[in-house]
Amino acid sequence: MASVELTNIKKVYPGNVEAVRDVSLTVPNGSFTVLLGPSGCGKSTLLRMIAGLETITSGTCKIGERVVNEIEPAERDIAMVFQNYALYPHMSVYDNMAYGLKNRGTPKSEIEKRVREAAALLAIEDYLTRKPRALSGGQRQRVAMGRAIVREPQVFLFDEPLSNLDAKLRVTMRLEIKRLHNRLNATSIFVTHDQVEAMTLADQVVVMNAGKIEQIGAPGEVYKHPASRFVASFIGAPAMNLMPGRIAEAGSVETPGGKLPFDAKRFSASGEVEVGIRPEDIRTADGANGVPFKAELVEELGATRLLHGNFGTTPIIVAIPASGTQYESKEVRLTVDPAAVHLFDRTTGRSLAR
Amino acid sequence: MQKRAIFGGKTLPYLLLLPQLFVVGVFFYWPASQAVWQSFLLEDAFGLNTSFVWFENYKELFADAGYYRTMLTTGVFAIMVAGLSLSLALLLAVQADKSIHGAGVYKTLLIWPYAVAPAVAGVLWIFMFQPSLGVIAHAMRNFGIDWNPLLNGNDALLLVVMASTWKQISYNFLFFLAGLQSIPRAVIEAAAIDGASRTRRFWTIILPLLSPTVFFLVVVNIVYVFFDTFGIIDAMTQGGPSKATETLVYKVFFDGRLGGNLGSSAAQSVILMVMVVALTAVQFRFIERKVAY
Ligand SMILES: Nc1ncnc2c1ncn2[C@@H]1O[C@H](COP(=O)(O)OP(=O)(O)O)[C@@H](O)[C@H]1O
Ligand SMILES: [Mg+2]
Repeated sequence: MASVELTNIKKVYPGNVEAVRDVSLTVPNGSFTVLLGPSGCGKSTLLRMIAGLETITSGTCKIGERVVNEIEPAERDIAMVFQNYALYPHMSVYDNMAYGLKNRGTPKSEIEKRVREAAALLAIEDYLTRKPRALSGGQRQRVAMGRAIVREPQVFLFDEPLSNLDAKLRVTMRLEIKRLHNRLNATSIFVTHDQVEAMTLADQVVVMNAGKIEQIGAPGEVYKHPASRFVASFIGAPAMNLMPGRIAEAGSVETPGGKLPFDAKRFSASGEVEVGIRPEDIRTADGANGVPFKAELVEELGATRLLHGNFGTTPIIVAIPASGTQYESKEVRLTVDPAAVHLFDRTTGRSLAR
Repeated sequence: MQKRAIFGGKTLPYLLLLPQLFVVGVFFYWPASQAVWQSFLLEDAFGLNTSFVWFENYKELFADAGYYRTMLTTGVFAIMVAGLSLSLALLLAVQADKSIHGAGVYKTLLIWPYAVAPAVAGVLWIFMFQPSLGVIAHAMRNFGIDWNPLLNGNDALLLVVMASTWKQISYNFLFFLAGLQSIPRAVIEAAAIDGASRTRRFWTIILPLLSPTVFFLVVVNIVYVFFDTFGIIDAMTQGGPSKATETLVYKVFFDGRLGGNLGSSAAQSVILMVMVVALTAVQFRFIERKVAY
């Protein structure tokens, strides 16, 4: 297994499309790193540059100790799982998995052994003689993973491999990929636009936006301490409530809904700011304390319920545990834990955390 | 999706089919049945008397060594043209499929030959290769190559093969290019990551995935060589010298129009018809059984 090190990577497509701008990133040996971002932010481009399927406009890409910029995909010792599986339609499942080994001149008995092992691991032994078109989506997905596993590569690359599966299967396969990663002790880089996938799979999340890295951190870290307004709103569902604010006095910010205390030890802020509060960090209070709020709409989600209403002049969402209480059209008061208030620079969108 | 139309009675659907049936009837079944009828008739030398002779025309045909020679010529011609035009078109399509600079111009230029009428194509090639006038014939003579399609049968056949191939490449190219572009890029990329070299990718991934197209084109090309090269041959060699470039279709024309042997000519067209029907049947059978992946 090997680490992957990207330094000042840029990609400009013909027509002057800047898909990736100045990305530096280290994927430690054995890490499960997820590249997360909205569609079109350059995740696939970045992954494909690591795979060697796109040329690197500038910067260096290292796999292990080797700079691989000019090295063919086949020589990089990586395996890739594609979104549409990209199985060879005219080959049996067995041949699909054996193809890479055959190309490398692996002895027949060794190929047989490895394919059978991988097939057992993925529970696809019964389909080895079938053609891909005779398989379900989930089975094709397994074959695609099997094809990657038999090669025993240094690094696994995944480009949205679960997005073509139905919701239930996606959850199963997600767990399976994680289990496989732990078992093979592999280095994996996984591209997705689905934050739940990212949070559950990754030990390192890389949030990307418009060709740049917004934040690198553990899943808990990017959730609890978003480095920018973009990360704050992209991670977490429902999305973080954002509203304009002004620092009136130390440790207190003026918002459309009223004054809110914040943790002055964490943020160094003054003047105009952007205030962020997660829906799940807002509590309802009974007393006269807190900001008045009237829920105009209530969404029942089973375990939680979402209250939609106005916080002063800003529409917000409040997530509270389900209970028997009736909230619709009733005025309640809201309180926010000072530790849960995030402050961002109004113009740059960067977090104002010290 | 609902693809079936629902009609109230039985009259309307047949009524709607009528124009199509009429066209097929007038332009295919009627001439075809005429040919079959003619093939059973024998006209005397002066065209005054016709008699019904059953399979006499066919018997005579199959006893004629010249007919087998024409068959052989047609076979060689078909194999050469189909082989050359398919492999050259595939080569060009593979080049065009790579996103090269100026690909648009390249593709347009490749498609032009298809727009040229066969007879015109024949004349173009004659201009280049005619022993006394042709630019290329002249150049070849300067290089000391003895070249005379007017006298040498092999030279003539080669010339007709080249012209017919040139004419057919565009058609094959278009289908190959479409076929290549329908192969998902990720499949090729997966093979590249799997350690397959460019050539290996071609033989183990691209060509197998293209095989339905190849098969389709083989049949179309054979039919092309059988029938559509008539104009080229007529413009270039008229089947000569000494029948070296006479194909089955040209012989039909030659015997019927010039030789005045209508019965034999009709019998030959019936045999050709049977061949095409057989080819088409094979193709349909194959396509039904083995559609694209
Ligand atoms: N081959 C290409 N040529 C030109 N532009 C491209 C090409 N591939 C991707 N792009 C552009 O680069 C940007 C990033 O694309 P991509 O990496 O596929 O995004 P993501 O995978 O995050 O959705 C997009 O704006 C896309 O339109
Ligand atoms: Mg993508």
